[in-house]
Amino acid sequence: MAENREFFNRRLHSLLGVFPIGLFLMQHLVVNHFATYSPEAFNNAAHFMENLPLRVFLEFVLIYIPLLFHAVYGVYIAFTAKNNLRRYGFFRNWMFMLQRATGIITLIFIVWHVWETRLAHAIYGTEVNFDMMATILESTFMFWFYVVGVVAAVFHFANGLWSFFVTWGITVTPRSQKVLTYATLGIFIIFTYMGIASLIAFAY
Amino acid sequence: MAEDHKTIRMIVQRQDEPEAQPYEEEFEIPYRKNMNVISALMEIRRNPVNAKGEQTTPVYWDMGCLEEVCGACSMVINGKAMQSCTALIDQLEQPVRLEPMKTFPVMRDLAVDRSRMFDSLKKVKAWVPIDGTYDLGEGPRMPESKRQWAYELSKCMTCGVCLEACPNVNSNSDFIGPAALSQVRLFNSHPTGSYHKAERMDALLDDGGLQNCGNSQNCVQACPKGIPLTTSIAALNREATLHSFKSFFGSDYHH
Ligand code: SF4
Ligand code: FES
Repeated sequence: MAENREFFNRRLHSLLGVFPIGLFLMQHLVVNHFATYSPEAFNNAAHFMENLPLRVFLEFVLIYIPLLFHAVYGVYIAFTAKNNLRRYGFFRNWMFMLQRATGIITLIFIVWHVWETRLAHAIYGTEVNFDMMATILESTFMFWFYVVGVVAAVFHFANGLWSFFVTWGITVTPRSQKVLTYATLGIFIIFTYMGIASLIAFAY
Repeated sequence: MAEDHKTIRMIVQRQDEPEAQPYEEEFEIPYRKNMNVISALMEIRRNPVNAKGEQTTPVYWDMGCLEEVCGACSMVINGKAMQSCTALIDQLEQPVRLEPMKTFPVMRDLAVDRSRMFDSLKKVKAWVPIDGTYDLGEGPRMPESKRQWAYELSKCMTCGVCLEACPNVNSNSDFIGPAALSQVRLFNSHPTGSYHKAERMDALLDDGGLQNCGNSQNCVQACPKGIPLTTSIAALNREATLHSFKSFFGSDYHH
């Protein structure tokens, strides 16, 4: 794909945001939600995921590598825009700006989150389970850091899904795009609720 | 009430030549009924004295049709890009602020150079080729419903307002902007124009093309002609998905 490199990168960026990254995010939030039932329920769900065959391979192919590309190219996209909300304060222009802002916030959050729950685990052998999360989230600062991170990530996914449908030419008419706005709003609400509920369950 | 403001206050961003520093100059212009921004500018040209009473150079701007079909007179009026020929003074808050569109190089005062838009139209081959070594004859007729639809897209006057509104058209990017994208849709839909659809698609997906759209959808809100730009973009996205499948996996359909 020597020609149309930019087109290829953009489309790849859009695709990876949903498959696999978006799917992984949903899966992750569903697993976390077991924390609201009981610590054991969460530990069991987490262990099930941990014991999937070829876990490290899956993590790299389905999470780290796509995420790295999505992040690096996404930062580039974010910084080529010049936001103009003051002059053009339309709804979609707000979403455009927030998509870029939440992308950056999510990136910062994920770097920290991966360090804390994966690298520290690999280096110091800290065990990854309910108690570990409970310890982290004991601090009020970390709790709110996680809240912001989770809301940003879910927003970025839900609104990114909206763009995905437009970018691939699935929703063409203004009407279908509007219906999709409501559908993705629903996704945002449901997964934000699940994420926050899990955080509260870990912390309190 | 007309009697209340016998004068119009206008703040104009001025720039003496392409590389010069812009500066602001204020004017007070005698009010007449039904004035538009251009007739106010003409008043300054007739009597180039600023609000401080100093003699100055007449403000320079671009215009053509004076009826919102040529697109030459676009400028930023009270923060929004629009045509100065159809911007009525009575509907504007005072002082009226005039600035050139910042997406384009300023030639002088309010006149900008929109060449990049015309270059983009050339790049995406926004025309129907009819010249050849023999008479190509008449093309097929267009169904009336399609003609009416295409007519809406053909109203584009290359005015630049959509580029000015787009956050992804700026000095950091080489995005050609919404207007040229929509023209590809127009010419690809034309019965004879569609012969060159694949060529246009290739040009459209080149660097700076369609993929640079970030869906802020400001263009469709800003376009004075009400052109369904974002619908065109999404439709082209669908086309591009199919086009790239075809060129990646190969295709025996020659279109
Ligand atoms: S699409 Fe509309 S806003 Fe853009 S150049 Fe054409 S007429 Fe102007
Ligand atoms: S002078 Fe032609 S659009 Fe205003």
